Amino acid sequence: MSDVLKNKRRFGVMRLVDATGYRLPLAGVVSILHRISGILMFALLPFILYLLDRSLQSDVSFAMLHIFAAQPIVKLILLVLVWSYLHHFCAGIRHLFMDFHFGLDKNSARQSAVTVLVISLGLTSLVGLKLFGVF
Amino acid sequence: MANNNIGPKRLVVGAGYGLRDWLAQRATAILMALYTVVILVLFLTGTSFTYDAWVGVFSMQWFKLLTFAVIVALLYHAWVGVRDIWMDYVTHSVVLRLILQVATIVWLVACAGYAAQILWRV
Repeated sequence: MSDVLKNKRRFGVMRLVDATGYRLPLAGVVSILHRISGILMFALLPFILYLLDRSLQSDVSFAMLHIFAAQPIVKLILLVLVWSYLHHFCAGIRHLFMDFHFGLDKNSARQSAVTVLVISLGLTSLVGLKLFGVF
Repeated sequence: MANNNIGPKRLVVGAGYGLRDWLAQRATAILMALYTVVILVLFLTGTSFTYDAWVGVFSMQWFKLLTFAVIVALLYHAWVGVRDIWMDYVTHSVVLRLILQVATIVWLVACAGYAAQILWRV
């Protein structure tokens, strides 16, 4: 056992693969999702702008966008983007509170992490239902 | 010097722009968050999503300017965030990290240009 640990020990900064070896607490899950959602929106930024472009170009492109967005795969991508945005928003507000030294102890940090997950997923369902015309 | 170089006693090195970027990321976050709340409430309470109403919102000059300010804030915010990611994970090659950082700037500035074109064509 100690041999295994010795072999794994290496110097230098933590690599991305090292992160998979940890069992993250909920606050850690919220944190890494904050990062994943951020990079996701960064990567899909031109696509988001393309949708805005189509929606404003003309009434024809607006109508075409409706058809485009009705496809299941596009719906899925839109839902992932909506979740990314709302998770990043909620987790960001949690970060801002922590910057002002609110809720830094272990229990409040866990509590706020749960709150972020509940609110962001709740808002995502709400926006998703509205987006797909349920209400 | 061994273990007492933390807190106010820390040795300050580097260009000192870490705090500026850290603060800018928070300031831009607050601007985007306020914009988000307004848009979210309008979206969830809206009833008629017609093309004319949509264009009507975007044809107002103050809304274009506000939206563009939010996009510039997003550009700075995303630059700090994505640069953090490259600094955290791309540690084996300085050249690769520099390439990724330059690509990030090009990507974001190009997106801001596209956004400006979309907004002022309406």
